[in-house]
Amino acid sequence: MKILLKKKDIDKIISNLTKKILKKYKKNLNKFGIIGIHTNGVFIAKRILNKIEKLTNKKIPFGYLDITFYRDDIGYKTNIKNPKETNITFDVNNKEILLVDDVIYTGRTIRAAIEQILEIGRPKSLSVAVLIDRGNRELPIYAEFVGKKVKTKPNQQIELLLQEETSQEDKVIIYSK
Amino acid sequence: MLKEKKFKHKHLLGLQYLSKEDIEIILDTAKPFKNLFTRSIKKVPTLRGRSVVLLFYEPSTRTRTSFELAAKRLSADTVNISVQTSSVQKGESLIDTAKTLEAMKADFIVIRHSHAGAPHILSQNVSSSIINAGDGFHEHPTQGLLDIFTIKEKKGRIKDLKVVILGDILHSRVARSNLWGLTKLGAKVVLCGPPTLIPYGIDKIFPEVEIEYNLDKAIKNADVINILRVQFERQLEHLFPSVREYSLLYGMNKERLKIARNDVLILHPGPMNRGIEITTDVADSLNSVINQQVTNGVAVRMAVLYLLSLNS
Repeated sequence: MKILLKKKDIDKIISNLTKKILKKYKKNLNKFGIIGIHTNGVFIAKRILNKIEKLTNKKIPFGYLDITFYRDDIGYKTNIKNPKETNITFDVNNKEILLVDDVIYTGRTIRAAIEQILEIGRPKSLSVAVLIDRGNRELPIYAEFVGKKVKTKPNQQIELLLQEETSQEDKVIIYSK
Repeated sequence: MLKEKKFKHKHLLGLQYLSKEDIEIILDTAKPFKNLFTRSIKKVPTLRGRSVVLLFYEPSTRTRTSFELAAKRLSADTVNISVQTSSVQKGESLIDTAKTLEAMKADFIVIRHSHAGAPHILSQNVSSSIINAGDGFHEHPTQGLLDIFTIKEKKGRIKDLKVVILGDILHSRVARSNLWGLTKLGAKVVLCGPPTLIPYGIDKIFPEVEIEYNLDKAIKNADVINILRVQFERQLEHLFPSVREYSLLYGMNKERLKIARNDVLILHPGPMNRGIEITTDVADSLNSVINQQVTNGVAVRMAVLYLLSLNS
């Protein structure tokens, strides 16, 4: 096990991500909305949301979703997490939506999230922001905003231990399974 | 990462065989499914390509429709077998019917049968996932689960609630599933009904449960009253003197409602005999959650199908 990122690294990455995101969306903040993907994606999305709201003094529509019911491996994979609630109360139609997750890997989570959002409405655009891109995509899915790129092998696992869940200082670890 | 408890069952035969944690996982999983009902598209692709066969040897509208809708909202395919027009009429045995369905690659068989244990026999003889939709007087687990889900949704908890199960306990599989589930989750259960309709020895199986033959005493300070249907098809004539007397002694009416807590929940698994076990003003009162039970039934059955599919 190795510590990949410490709290100060994570803070810095989220600040940089926020800057890049704002640069793109600041002209059209009225149409902007953020959706976090359970579980860690929601925590990161909230951190980004707080920063943007502080910097712009505007309220940004926020929602979160759980992709479990849209997975493509039910009945194939045994270790599926219990589903959490999806809550997107704002109208996604014609909005510029930013999907936020912790790690992008095969691209299947983002694929499922896209399917789910498109069932609720038709956003003007959908983009993806992630803290870490660990490569090894299995689908043609692309994250526009990436905090840190890490080269990994499939037998490795990246885990985010965020203060919101662990009540301890943030860190990101990497280990071999 | 916090270790999550996992649901490990392939069949749902009864709440007797589930742990407290299993029941809690089902209740927690039903919540996100219920949230879907507020969307215009109520369907999710979760069980795309799976098939669910509904094999009902006894009449049913709400349970069968509820299972069918639950399966369809999960994008599974459903097949309804009406026993009256099937090969069962030619004398085919239960196991043979199920084996035929298995050979057609049915992923789930939802069965209702008048004999207790019919779903268990299927689970030992075919590879499909078996869901008990009511077997004799034994269990009706999804009804028990939807009752508990509805109570928890309204009261925020199950533990230490006073829940009265009222009426024909003897013939009621709903009562037995409620008993298993509620006692596992720590509710204080009181059984109330005519002595002839309280099964002999039930206090041996559920020693923590109270039995009270007087309705007014039973419902004092009750948080929940689950009113069972008087099952006239089970030849009750000789078990109580008259319907009128039953209604006077064990019928839930507006006057009696005052004895319970102000915020008492009134549940009924349906179909109701209005004017017998429940008066119309109680059935349609603000305390009644009978219609919410039906809505929740679909969400709970979606959760059950989904969780079983993880292990089939």
